Amino acid sequence: MYDHDILVIGAGLAGMRAALAARQNGVDVALVSKVHPVRSHSNAAQGGINAALTERGDPWEDHAFDTIKGSDYLADQDAVEVMCQEAGQEIIAMEHMGVIFNRDEEGRLGTRAFGGQRQARTFFVADFTGQALLHVLYEQILKADVRTYEEWMVLSLIVEGGECCGAVGMDLKTGEVHVIRAKAVIMAAGGLGRVFEPSTNALICTGDGMALAYRVGGPLMDMEMVQYHPTTLKSNGALMSEGARGEGAYLINSEGERFMERYAPHMMELASRDVVSRAEQTEINEGRGVNECVFLDCRHLGEQVINERLSQISELARDFANLDMAREPVPVRPGMHYQMGGIKSDVDGVTPVPGLYAVGEVACVSVHGGNRLGANSLLDTLVFGRRSGQHASDRVKKRAHAPITDSAADGDLETIREMLDRDGTELFGGIRVEMGRTMNRNLAVFRDQEGMETALRELRGLADRFRRVKVADKGKIFNTNLVFTLELGFMLDCAEAIALSAIERKESRGAHYRVDIPERDDEAWLKHILVSRGPEGPEIDHLPVVITQWEPQARTY
Amino acid sequence: MDVTLSVRRFDPEAERPAPYFQEYQLELDDSAMLLDGLIKIREEIDGTLALRCSCRSAICGSCAMRVNGRARLACNTKIADVATADNGAVVVEPAGNMEVLKDLVTDFGPFWEKVRAVEPWLQPEGPEPEQEYLAPNEDMLHLAGVMSCIMCGACVSDCTVLAVDPNFLGPAALAKAYRFVGDPRDDADAHRLGDLNEYGGVWDCTRCMQCVEVCPKGVDPMERIMSLRDKAMEAGHTKSYGARHAEALTASVEHHGRVDEAKLPILSKGRFNVVEQLRMVPLGVRALLAGKMPPLFPKKNPGQESVRRIFEKVEKRQ
Repeated sequence: MYDHDILVIGAGLAGMRAALAARQNGVDVALVSKVHPVRSHSNAAQGGINAALTERGDPWEDHAFDTIKGSDYLADQDAVEVMCQEAGQEIIAMEHMGVIFNRDEEGRLGTRAFGGQRQARTFFVADFTGQALLHVLYEQILKADVRTYEEWMVLSLIVEGGECCGAVGMDLKTGEVHVIRAKAVIMAAGGLGRVFEPSTNALICTGDGMALAYRVGGPLMDMEMVQYHPTTLKSNGALMSEGARGEGAYLINSEGERFMERYAPHMMELASRDVVSRAEQTEINEGRGVNECVFLDCRHLGEQVINERLSQISELARDFANLDMAREPVPVRPGMHYQMGGIKSDVDGVTPVPGLYAVGEVACVSVHGGNRLGANSLLDTLVFGRRSGQHASDRVKKRAHAPITDSAADGDLETIREMLDRDGTELFGGIRVEMGRTMNRNLAVFRDQEGMETALRELRGLADRFRRVKVADKGKIFNTNLVFTLELGFMLDCAEAIALSAIERKESRGAHYRVDIPERDDEAWLKHILVSRGPEGPEIDHLPVVITQWEPQARTY
Repeated sequence: MDVTLSVRRFDPEAERPAPYFQEYQLELDDSAMLLDGLIKIREEIDGTLALRCSCRSAICGSCAMRVNGRARLACNTKIADVATADNGAVVVEPAGNMEVLKDLVTDFGPFWEKVRAVEPWLQPEGPEPEQEYLAPNEDMLHLAGVMSCIMCGACVSDCTVLAVDPNFLGPAALAKAYRFVGDPRDDADAHRLGDLNEYGGVWDCTRCMQCVEVCPKGVDPMERIMSLRDKAMEAGHTKSYGARHAEALTASVEHHGRVDEAKLPILSKGRFNVVEQLRMVPLGVRALLAGKMPPLFPKKNPGQESVRRIFEKVEKRQ
């Protein structure tokens, strides 16, 4: 058994920011991550990070309003206020740590335009902002000498006397299972993209954190809100940054028309992501696409802009679509990208499970509501990561460890033993693909009752088959076969929560667009949907949305 | 497209652990990446195959491995580009210069220790400014070229120095060091360059170019190492063997229009370093006996004057 004051699960931006804040507050903090920290999926964030800097004539309230309008009024406005007010200081803190943000002519931080916002307030490092931030935070983790359990997979959270007091983890290098005891656990394990097939997300984004919390009674909120990014490559679902449109790229259909004119005459290509994705899908469905795609046209931007500011996606277009972005338009389509929902938490990461915090994509604060603005996710990870690290470290200072022993791992050991010993007949790959396809067919940009119910039915069938999955690898060292099987279990829990929440919401809002109920209904549905695991199965609950100063209005771009 | 992947397997838990090759026949799209093939194997054919992979977009750095003998990322390597043999076979092996843990999974422990050894964090002096540090965008764009390193280890895998001397910091850690030395906000150049001048540091690179060729992100580690050498010499670190070698070679070409191979080792070791000079005697004798001793008084290079003019021009430009 290992002991730490605070255990942070996940070493992406949210987790490392939390660990750093806790460490600076003088407590013993450890990170546990199933991959090395710099392999985390925060890497993949390309375009930038938003902050309204008041001294530059961009009041934070404007950023807050854009965020709230982008969320289709489902975000909790008190939380959005905190995020937008603290954005500037967070950017400056990261710059001081060493992030090499792009500059303007005076050597000050430069900005670019991004979707759903009336101001260019997105700070960036070319088109690999996430990577640039992630590597710098890792440098700080090294400097602060934070203990990191690298390539350890968390199998379960330990709850004793109603409080979360640690986690059970498996060291992938040895296959050994250990208890890590902690006075507070900060969940920062990221998103669940692989529940969908295809997705822009990395293969490690399997909803582990949400499922782990769900299994110990943590409610999952806004799970129906799944973001489809407007510009993903058809071949492998890779992301083409919104930064391209921020720099002025067009979206055109098979007739060469900038079709966004008909859907968002003011913001055009830079309308909110849900709006642009729906527009693209409509064009494709009505026969104005080519091979189920529309085109991202960067030709007029010129080679210098492409080389200096969009180098990574230009490589992606070359490698995965065989195209020279400077000379040819790139076929793109909406692709699953981000989960707005997650473990219900507040502005300090506090969840309804005492001792358990949640931050980053795994959490639902909620600042993104029905649709997240581009470049708000990096901000979310850093602001709430830091706040949770501070809050948790204050909490643990006066507390002792819970009286648990190594026996807390017995349940997980038994699960693993059963998986390895069973005479399985199903291949996990087949189940994963079927799950991903039914999600992508029935819970995508356009939804309806029948499709969502089909998905739920199919998911329950897959959950049955999951119990018969064969784990071919019986070894202990780097048994990735076992890892994927455990991950599939997490994903199936998340998928069910998404389908249940989506069926529950009988209106269209943000990313949740029902062709059978196309209107937003503030009267009945200006509220969050929560799914919890009860003794008889999933239970559904509601919470009011916090409105401070922005009353819901019709949403046009 | 029909392809055969010949994958080097290693099961550390086998009775007598030993690497072996296993062939997998696959039918894939013409546009498939190597990673698609490997994922197909582990999901549909053989669940026991172990490899690291995550983002599929050449940004997480997990899937560096040797393909037909060269380090590459599996995720951005098109199978059609590497299935060149007559039978369409592609040889897939774990990254080199690292211990293999299982199949294609290698031990990155030493890799990260070396990164940590260069103190990879910004070390500014004086109080922090209230707002951002002011810095020219060109400097930031230049650093972005190094910061785009994804720490995949491809350069380390194929580094010819590491193959013979594991003490070498290696291209990835040195490129990381450059990222700080080249950062106008960092004020620790003096001790950074001093450390990098030691054994295992910048002078151990043999300029074989392997790291430049295999880097999937265009980081150009060797060029960064060369810049670190220049900066180390500018900072007055001229006493190391490497620095003296560089100076002696330059001086020789400038004055004779060619390398004076007989004097070069003497000057590199230090003219008055008697112990080192004596150590070279056996080598000199062997060279003499084999008829390979360079002339002690080399012939005048007819182009000597032109070479000198080139030097003058370059110096003027600097």
